[in-house]
Amino acid sequence: MLISMNWINDFVDLSGLDVEKIIHQFTLSTAEVEDVYFMGRDIENVVAAKIVSVEKHPNSKKLHLLKVDAGSETVDVVCGAPNVREGMTVALVKEGGSVAGMKIGVATLAGYESHGMCCSEKELGISADHSGLWEIEDDIPLGTQLTDVYGIRDVVFEVDNKSLTNRPDLWGHYGIAREFAALTGRPLKPIEKADLAPFANLAPIDIQIEDTEHCYRYTGLKVRNITRKKSPVDMRIRLFYCGMRAINLLADLTNYLMLEMGQPMHAFDCAKVDCIEVKRFPETFTFQTLDGAERKIDPDTLMICSKGEPVAVAGIMGGLASEIEDDTDSLLLESANFDAVSVRKSSTRLGLRTDASMRYEKTLDPEMTTTAIERFLYLLQSLDGGVQVISSMTDVYVKHYDKITLSFDKPYVDRYTGIEISDEQILKTLRSLGFGAALENGVFTVEVPSWRATKDVTIKADIIEEITRIYGYDNFKITTTMSALQPVLRSRNNTDDRFIKDILVERFGLSEIHSYIWSDAKKCKELHIEVEPNIRVINAMTPDTEVLRRCMAPTLLGSVFDNRAYSPDFGIFEIGRVIEGADEVGLAKERRHLGVALFSRVKSEKELYFELRDVFAALGTALRHRPFEFAVCESAHSWEHPRNTAQISMDGAVLGRMAVAHPAVQQAIDRKAAVVVGELDLDALKALEPAVIHYDEPSRFPGIDVDLSLAVPQGVTFRDLSAAWQEASPLLKGVSLVDEYTALDIHGITLRLTFVSPEKTLERQEVLSEAEAIVAKLEKIGASRR
Amino acid sequence: MNISETIQELRQRFEAELASVENRDAVEKLRVAYLGKRGEVTQLLAGLKSLSGEEKKEFGQKINLLKRDVEGRIAEHIEAVKKAEEERLILGAEQYDVTLPSLHPHTGSYHPITLVQRELEEIFSSMGFTVEDFKEIVTDYECFEALNIPKHHPARDMQDTYYLDNGQLLKTHTSAAQNSIMRKYGAPLRAIFPGRCFRNESTDASHENTFFQMEGIMIDTDISISNLIYFMKTMLSKVFRQDVEVRLRPGFFPFVEPGFELDISCHICGGKGCSTCHGSGWIELCPCGMIHPSVLRAGGIDPEKYTGFAFGLGLTRLAMMRYGIKDIRDLNSGDLRVLSQFTHE
Repeated sequence: MLISMNWINDFVDLSGLDVEKIIHQFTLSTAEVEDVYFMGRDIENVVAAKIVSVEKHPNSKKLHLLKVDAGSETVDVVCGAPNVREGMTVALVKEGGSVAGMKIGVATLAGYESHGMCCSEKELGISADHSGLWEIEDDIPLGTQLTDVYGIRDVVFEVDNKSLTNRPDLWGHYGIAREFAALTGRPLKPIEKADLAPFANLAPIDIQIEDTEHCYRYTGLKVRNITRKKSPVDMRIRLFYCGMRAINLLADLTNYLMLEMGQPMHAFDCAKVDCIEVKRFPETFTFQTLDGAERKIDPDTLMICSKGEPVAVAGIMGGLASEIEDDTDSLLLESANFDAVSVRKSSTRLGLRTDASMRYEKTLDPEMTTTAIERFLYLLQSLDGGVQVISSMTDVYVKHYDKITLSFDKPYVDRYTGIEISDEQILKTLRSLGFGAALENGVFTVEVPSWRATKDVTIKADIIEEITRIYGYDNFKITTTMSALQPVLRSRNNTDDRFIKDILVERFGLSEIHSYIWSDAKKCKELHIEVEPNIRVINAMTPDTEVLRRCMAPTLLGSVFDNRAYSPDFGIFEIGRVIEGADEVGLAKERRHLGVALFSRVKSEKELYFELRDVFAALGTALRHRPFEFAVCESAHSWEHPRNTAQISMDGAVLGRMAVAHPAVQQAIDRKAAVVVGELDLDALKALEPAVIHYDEPSRFPGIDVDLSLAVPQGVTFRDLSAAWQEASPLLKGVSLVDEYTALDIHGITLRLTFVSPEKTLERQEVLSEAEAIVAKLEKIGASRR
Repeated sequence: MNISETIQELRQRFEAELASVENRDAVEKLRVAYLGKRGEVTQLLAGLKSLSGEEKKEFGQKINLLKRDVEGRIAEHIEAVKKAEEERLILGAEQYDVTLPSLHPHTGSYHPITLVQRELEEIFSSMGFTVEDFKEIVTDYECFEALNIPKHHPARDMQDTYYLDNGQLLKTHTSAAQNSIMRKYGAPLRAIFPGRCFRNESTDASHENTFFQMEGIMIDTDISISNLIYFMKTMLSKVFRQDVEVRLRPGFFPFVEPGFELDISCHICGGKGCSTCHGSGWIELCPCGMIHPSVLRAGGIDPEKYTGFAFGLGLTRLAMMRYGIKDIRDLNSGDLRVLSQFTHE
């Protein structure tokens, strides 16, 4: 929103203050100022002058030679404007003056010297009109500097509308002026308005509010005998500087009032609208708004009607049919208050956001409607002396705002702010902002003014904001807290996450990635991965991204695919969320998962799969000080290899899965690369306590190794074999795998059995007999010695 | 030949043989030949037994002297041969080129968000804040109602929320965790809760629908605005590794009262004005404020007894600022050309 400092100065005298400084203060205490514009700063020596003669330029079709009376002198000017006329008062930039960033000197135009320039409103920056010279209609002495008589020089600043969403009072200059008054300690002047008491006995307007839910108040006044058509220059300049276009006096006045008081107003041509009903219609119908558009009005949209005919969309825009026209000489003035949510929703449905709807959305002060009418009449009468009021001010006020009185004591302020502020300063600040404030027996009692009570200030913490923002946050003395010391330990989630990331990055050289919580259906299709049914996003950007992921694998495989050209050998991981459908009450079952995927064009699929197994195994040992158990299991997802999928568990609890990519997926990713993927449920892991480290005193005596080479039949796993040496001998210290190969359908493995006694140096002979016992058990399981 | 002559002859022979010895094996052979069990010097000593006392004493000394000399000479020679061998190994050794690149380069990398998040967690942990984790799918109550954002509140318009078909939604801000954390711990409370947030908006270089924030709250009996400014200044100075100035402006967020926009003095130009801060010397960094009494109450904390502050940092934005990442979409791209650069700092 654009704010004119000239306008502000109507209500608070800021003379002698550094304008940039106080605007900056406004940013720090009230709302964000995005830009400051210095209007008319480049205008020098532009005076009122009368064209005394007009001659055709002998060498040009468009140009004229003028003699212009600038008061103290008459100058020759060559002018190209189409509307030059003898006797016309214009704006003349004198020789040496400047306009629109141009210095004006003596110029020769088609052979004739021009000693100055007559300009258009656009050249002066006071409107967008460049159709011809600005014709000055006011009676001002020739030679007068125009910047002295008109508000051409101004400082205009733009406030970020978003920072005003909670401040309905700041949507007009008067409210902003109140802020400046509080910030500078200068008094706010009362609004000058007309006295309507003399008209109280005139007939009221017939105003019927049918929908009392959405229309809180409707105030109207009828006026006739309006003869003036054009708004005065200063009013037009202010409207233009604040981003509006001057149209005609009545339209301009309603806009002016809105920009001044924040109260949207509407003027109906009294000949077309002379009574008011506020209601909704049961059926959708078409209505033509002021801008000429045909709009569908549904049964939720509040309308202003007259004799049953809709004449305006309440709080948003008037209708074309009842528009004020140039010959309008009587009007019915509307100053109303509507429900904010209803206006916002209607405006969204219509796709029509106007200056009025923008204000109503903020929950405007309902007390303002009558003041706005009184102010309107005051301005109208001052501009057009002949106007007559032909109705009493009719005010139907159905829904009052809640009056709010708050009380608190000084310790509350001290505790909340941490600053030293006197009782007097608190009272002064609040009163300067229009609050009723009193202090009695140590208790402040504050009455919230109507313009702040509709939504902005409702509790005493809101009063703290009023006090502190005017006090100035820059003036705060800052201090640390006085709080008890408490040990703060990291949660297990947090330590697990750190450990996992460190191990995967620093030991296994994997890269952490982030992806999305939804499946990418398009990519899944490309990779032959099925999108598994799950909870959906109902307003996804595309249907391809509406299903939430159940597993990390699809997004990781997608990322592997995207990176396949990055390196012939890489691994990625992500710690993220998956959703395992909904629980019995319909809430999403969200789990934290670690997903890992490896890709290699240099390693065999088997090597890569075992690398992944080792990655997970390392995590088990590091996080819980004991190994994970891996067991071949059936594939359960489209990306899992039917033969090489395994589940990962610990203490009997299944924590995750890993798999070689299904050949279809692997082929889609890269025909020449191996791809493996696995994931771990970190929420399930969280429940498992780390094992306590069990210390075993090393033996002082040397141990003996016995190597066994075995042929193992298909389907017999190492875990099956391990039964042979569990509890087999007290001297058996460990079993390790020395070699493993598969050739000609024979699966051969070499085990190394290590025997150690805590008491003596073992003899080879006694060790061999222990080993033989183990071999016998192995043979029962199916292995044979080679 | 008498014994003296034998000793003399042995000594000369030993010296002659020693001179021709070249390696350790030969030295060892020589040692065995003279000093071994059947060695010549050993035999000589054994021969002493047959001699009379006087002779025994005289020749015993001489033979022992010979033995010591032989032992000494052999030790010297072993040392010399060892030296020569070492010398040969050194001279014959290949000098390795340590500038060769590794065949197994370290390729691991952390996501930049992880790096920034860890740093913030470190700072806040050191100030007694607990680090909390929160879910990504939340209820309307958690995301809005409990935060003083009732239905039809314009604040809900500001955030384009992803709604789910089970009636829940993807959390639009980390503040959605406030209520649960307050209920979990009660007051006093200091906690930060980093998390992933979602907004339904079109993506471009500076907009993502999936991004990270980190929220912090501190609640106690006497927490003031003055404390809030202190904490933000202290913490942000650590984050930016330089003394930063902070500035509060009024800002409207329904879950705080008063609410602020916090600006920091531009860390690039130090407040003089540059392209990063658009010439103002200040950068709008994070919303913060005093926790709204309704929010405390909803969290089971008595607002008459306790006050607190809350702030929300954009982790994604901080990571972009820290590393000069220009396109926000790179962060969720999974593109290893981007992400592999973020090894441990």
